[in-house]
Amino acid sequence: MASFEETGPRIPVVVSTRVDKIHPISRLSRTIRAIAVVVVALILLLPVVAMGITAFKSRNAVVSVPPSLIPVPNGDVLRVEANELKRDTGEISIARNFFAPTLEGFVFLLTERAQAGPARAAELRTQAQEGQLSIFDQIALDNGQEILGPSDYVARLRNSLIIAGISTIVSVVLGLFAAYAFSRFRIPGESDLLFFILSTRMLPPVVVTIPLFLMYRQLNLHDTHFGMILLYTVFNLSLSVWLLKGFIDEIPKEYEEAALVDGYSRLQAFVKVVLPQAVGGIAATTVFCLIFAWNEYAFALMLTSDTARTAPPSIATMLGRGGIEWSAIAAGSLGFLIPVVIVTFALRKYLLRGVTFGAIRK
Amino acid sequence: MSNITLQGITKTFRDVTALSKVSFEVEDGEFFVLLGPTGAGKTTTLRIISGLERQDEGTVSFDGEDVSDLPPADRDVAFVFQQYSLYPTMSVYDNLAFPLRSPLRNMPEPEIKTRVENAAETLRIGHLLERKTAKLSGGEMQRVAIGRAIVRTPRIYVMDEPLSNLDAKLRESLRVDLQHLQKTQRSTTLFVTHDQIEALTMADRIGVLCQGEIVQIGTPEDIYDRPASTFVAELVGTPHINLVEARRDDGAIFIKDSQVRMSATNGGKLPPSFLLGVRPEDVQPSTSGEYSGKIALTEPLGAETIVHIRSGDQDFLSLIAGMTDLKLGDEVKFNIALDRLHFFDSKSGNRIS
Repeated sequence: MASFEETGPRIPVVVSTRVDKIHPISRLSRTIRAIAVVVVALILLLPVVAMGITAFKSRNAVVSVPPSLIPVPNGDVLRVEANELKRDTGEISIARNFFAPTLEGFVFLLTERAQAGPARAAELRTQAQEGQLSIFDQIALDNGQEILGPSDYVARLRNSLIIAGISTIVSVVLGLFAAYAFSRFRIPGESDLLFFILSTRMLPPVVVTIPLFLMYRQLNLHDTHFGMILLYTVFNLSLSVWLLKGFIDEIPKEYEEAALVDGYSRLQAFVKVVLPQAVGGIAATTVFCLIFAWNEYAFALMLTSDTARTAPPSIATMLGRGGIEWSAIAAGSLGFLIPVVIVTFALRKYLLRGVTFGAIRK
Repeated sequence: MSNITLQGITKTFRDVTALSKVSFEVEDGEFFVLLGPTGAGKTTTLRIISGLERQDEGTVSFDGEDVSDLPPADRDVAFVFQQYSLYPTMSVYDNLAFPLRSPLRNMPEPEIKTRVENAAETLRIGHLLERKTAKLSGGEMQRVAIGRAIVRTPRIYVMDEPLSNLDAKLRESLRVDLQHLQKTQRSTTLFVTHDQIEALTMADRIGVLCQGEIVQIGTPEDIYDRPASTFVAELVGTPHINLVEARRDDGAIFIKDSQVRMSATNGGKLPPSFLLGVRPEDVQPSTSGEYSGKIALTEPLGAETIVHIRSGDQDFLSLIAGMTDLKLGDEVKFNIALDRLHFFDSKSGNRIS
């Protein structure tokens, strides 16, 4: 009997020692590729950075030319002085790019305010001197306004979270079962069914909004959470079935067969053997579904008005009200960005594998 | 352990017939090998027995109980797959424990631990238990796969070419291990292979499959010494059997395109023309040999040598013990063991006894 020493390398060889991979030209090209990636990443990040900076600017700083980019306490005063200096003497100072970070944008975003009359303003100012005003009331007062109550932004964001979250979970779970069935069983008319599922994605949303609007009104689904969850689930199902089928096709069916003869039912084998191997695909699909449901604008605009209104249409409508509060819009977009960033970041480990293997590769 | 009875199993995939009326029995505690070339339906037979595939016709019974309608889990068959099929997300320990953790068995964790450790010790993989399966070598993987089958005491074992993905040396050692294991446990084992050496060395009985049909069932001696057809005769034995066209003339047998002419002992029963099979070990060069030929090639293998002897236009393979001084082109005399000739019908290929 052979000993185990003869049965092969104990430690897998993981570091490439291929000559062509350590050749100087290969190394140089790797460096160039890395630089290119960094440049592209910077270009893509630029709007996000601009948005982040804008969210913390005062009204004047938002529209100042040249753009103020450097947060400095007391920066607004310094910038005005520097601009006057430029006008009077032509001397250019770095201070022209200063701005003072402020929470003004967030206050505008999160509160309903009214113009305070002269009498009320004086009253508030006394309160302020006695230290009775919160920092937010103070900011509003600086703009001659009084806070009346919270705005509906938080409610909109909560709607977005509920609708996008639940519809993502439902479409991934349903998609997983459907994809497994398509992948493993002989289904009559399999390719027709798959095409039919895909075809739900072929019409642009705008085309179906009118009929949907009428249907939803008839069924009392208009402006309900359930209606929006249903809609986004249906839209995401095609994506999740197709993506997940690709991932599950790649898991050899021999594993489940081994589990079946080892004494497990089909469902138990699916849970214990298939699911752990499909984690990458599930993560990738989850992120894709979430991003669609989270960003969706056209349906939300048409089919919701208040109770179930999501963040995208509500941020857009801020543009219309009176003067454009750029900092409030930037603050709103920033808040809107955070949940998706968190989810994507949490799943990033699976994502890289998920998008490079699986359905997309084919 | 149980016995297995297959009765009239037929299976078609679309319009391809994979198995046609396959019937055989495996006794309790028997090591039964299904031998056949690729595509003969060996794996399909195993899948039907284990319940992974449903037969179109016929019945599978264990101990006389018809299990044809039972799902795989309830048949209690341990399957060793050709591709090992170790669960990649689990450690070796969890792989071995997996069948025991089945809700059907409901086994307490301490007992699982004892059983896994015993199985690991039997297969000498005790030191690997904490490893992920992806970090094992081929031989280790196959041991784990076998371990996963022996941790529980199933009604039967089925093994689908478990050794074919290993290198020759490892295959030999695992072959010995498997046989040892089967003999000590007296387990009913159905083993599938296309390797005739595995079949001959391991089997209590062999069933030869050809294009979905059983062509012969018998002990290794039966299969080797009394092949039922030219197909079986050519399938077993290395070097392969000498199969030549021959004709009978009264009591004498003439081999086509050669000067070999022998007196037939049972010449009366033979048709005028037929196929003659001679195992290479039954052709021996000898100074007092009856027939003469020329050495066309010698292949020394160490313990034995294959000598190609050309007589007329026919080449005869001869297997002789040890090394030889014979050189290419040497004139040589040789004998053929007349009592060990095989006769086959020249059309059907079936044995004429």
